[in-house]
Amino acid sequence: MVASLVGFLGDFDLAEEAAQEAFTIAAERWPRDGVPANPGAWLTITARNRAIDRIRRDRTLAEKTRQLEVPEATMDELDDTVIEDERLELIFTCCHPALALEAQVALTLRALGGLATADIAHAFLVSEETMKRRLSRAKAKIKATGIPFVVPAEHLLPDRLNAVLAVVYLIYNEGYSGRGSLASEAIRLGRLLATLMPDEPEVHGLLALMQIQHARRKARFSGEELVLLEDQDRSLWDAEEIAVGREALDRAIALRGRGTYVLQAAIASLQAEERIDWNEVAGLYGQLAQITRSPVVELNRAVAVAQAGSTEQALEIVEQLALGDYQYLHSTRGELLRRLGRADEAREAFERALALARSARERRFLERRIAEL
Amino acid sequence: MKYALMVFQAPAEYEGLSQEEQPAVSAEYYALRDDPRVLGGAPLQPVHSATTLRGREGQTVITDGPFADTKEVFGGWFLAEADDLDAVLEIAGRIPALRFGGAVEVRPLVEGPH
Repeated sequence: MVASLVGFLGDFDLAEEAAQEAFTIAAERWPRDGVPANPGAWLTITARNRAIDRIRRDRTLAEKTRQLEVPEATMDELDDTVIEDERLELIFTCCHPALALEAQVALTLRALGGLATADIAHAFLVSEETMKRRLSRAKAKIKATGIPFVVPAEHLLPDRLNAVLAVVYLIYNEGYSGRGSLASEAIRLGRLLATLMPDEPEVHGLLALMQIQHARRKARFSGEELVLLEDQDRSLWDAEEIAVGREALDRAIALRGRGTYVLQAAIASLQAEERIDWNEVAGLYGQLAQITRSPVVELNRAVAVAQAGSTEQALEIVEQLALGDYQYLHSTRGELLRRLGRADEAREAFERALALARSARERRFLERRIAEL
Repeated sequence: MKYALMVFQAPAEYEGLSQEEQPAVSAEYYALRDDPRVLGGAPLQPVHSATTLRGREGQTVITDGPFADTKEVFGGWFLAEADDLDAVLEIAGRIPALRFGGAVEVRPLVEGPH
């Protein structure tokens, strides 16, 4: 409902206030007069009319006589499809690249996730006051700069859609490292996007990726300890969620998707198989590396090559990567050297990774590896 | 809405263009000026022509040079009218300075009486 109002009013604060007022009126009237036939539309129209009243009042106060060129909405103009459609515009407004990334994330969660400001603040480990400021600055910028409330034109769409997907995946990854409710929220947003943009393969790819990863969440930690994929207790995996993720992946592939999220989802899907085809995983990482030119992806390819049985070839890939301060380069190198029986070099690499590790959990994991050498 | 498009560029970049390239780039700037949504604009004289006034303890101090000593300098501006930010970003994206490592800052004007 807020999405629909923002589209209509072009103003987040006004929309939120008007929505609140509409709910208050509903709380008074519905018990007395009965619930209307289409409660959602009733609320939207009531909020709209309240907001128009308010704008008129404000304008009169400012002694501005120009009439508001907005007709009062009637029941016929509005149905739930209109409201659904406007959520898509809202996503693109929230994730506009003219806004700082942290503001994009906060706005998306606030406007589309419907999370309270306090919850978002808590999730991102900042004070409620800070988050309030961040949100109001972002809303002020949308208003002042005229960030449009539209689905971007065809030639802008690929870039803008990428920005939206990046925000959703960032929310997911915040949740992945422990705060589970954010991960569920990101999946909910992913599902919403898939409904709103059913023909975009990358949307289904991202949804599939998040669902398949999320299905493994219970197996990822043993108590406080990080468990590697190969050591995870598969009975803890949510088989149903993996199946749902694979359906989304199938749709993405049917739409001829071969983008970064589709490839990552395909990799996650292969890794959820009983017997993992590491050659195929390595091939997919190769395709992904071609698109992203990312040394981190190359590192993952090296891991897959090692799992496929070619430890020396994997080490060769790793040695070529310019990732000096990247913890996982050193932990991977350590692991490959250990497998090749080069214990001293392995210890050195693990110790370098240990010096770079930030979480206590990962430090304990590396200490165990060193002790086992 | 009205927007100011402020163009920043390293002076050497434009001066480094060949005799043939310079008129071509200028023509692109003229084409922008001819866009009906562009209400005005002008290139500025090179940065060594800049003089800066600064208020200091109630006095105005006049010094030689631009207000900020940066590699990219403010080199010119456009005033454009567009329906929304996306529309003006499209106009701004055509500014040739961007091809030469420059930057364009887009800022809405305060609307109404001021």
